[in-house]
Amino acid sequence: MSSNDITIRYFAWMREHTGTSTEVIALPEGVTNVEELLPFVTKQSPGHATALADMLAVRVAVNRTYGDLSTAVSSGDEIAFFPPVTGG
Amino acid sequence: MSVTIQNEDFDISRESRALQNASVGAIALFVGTVRSQSTDDAAETIEAMTLEHYPGMTESEIEAIEAAARQRWPLSGVTIIHRVGRLLPDDQIVMVAAAAAHRQDAFDAAQFIMDFLKTDAPFWKAEERGGVTTWVDARDSDDTARKKWARPDTPTS
Repeated sequence: MSSNDITIRYFAWMREHTGTSTEVIALPEGVTNVEELLPFVTKQSPGHATALADMLAVRVAVNRTYGDLSTAVSSGDEIAFFPPVTGG
Repeated sequence: MSVTIQNEDFDISRESRALQNASVGAIALFVGTVRSQSTDDAAETIEAMTLEHYPGMTESEIEAIEAAARQRWPLSGVTIIHRVGRLLPDDQIVMVAAAAAHRQDAFDAAQFIMDFLKTDAPFWKAEERGGVTTWVDARDSDDTARKKWARPDTPTS
């Protein structure tokens, strides 16, 4: 992992669509928040596009804290996408 | 204060005893278990369920819920255990135990923690029915249960 990388994590059915639980990518130039990152994530594979097709059904966390599309992203961050939670 | 995510089963009498001491007058202990009946279709039987979590975030979310409960009620101890992995009907999934001097504080805190755990702690359930595995959808009723605790000092995420 280089200093410009970010880690992206997927859980539950989103992980099944993307085919991976964790990926490390270089932070794309000009990306400052989750919303700006999305196009770079969805273009990785058709499964990624499916997983993130309906952002109303997706929860976002940045560095293991709940966030949303406007949450800031910078190099070294861990961004997670997952469905609404169903524990307990 | 203790939050544990584990594959193994837990012993509720041991956990309850560990919260007891001479200043405790009440321990409210909730246990969630795996039902064999599906909520969506009562005729269908669940053979197993698998729970996934987000290591690191799940623990910190539950710790934040516990901290909010401790701010709201005078609690002498709290123990929260949630299992992950593949579980079978009749297995224990989750335990929330709250100890206080008086029962109302213990009851309320345990229910508050459980209501927020359902909506905020990153866990996901997949049910196995007839050899087919399906991810469980989140429930509106869980959001409703959580909203009844609304107050300026509760978590808002």
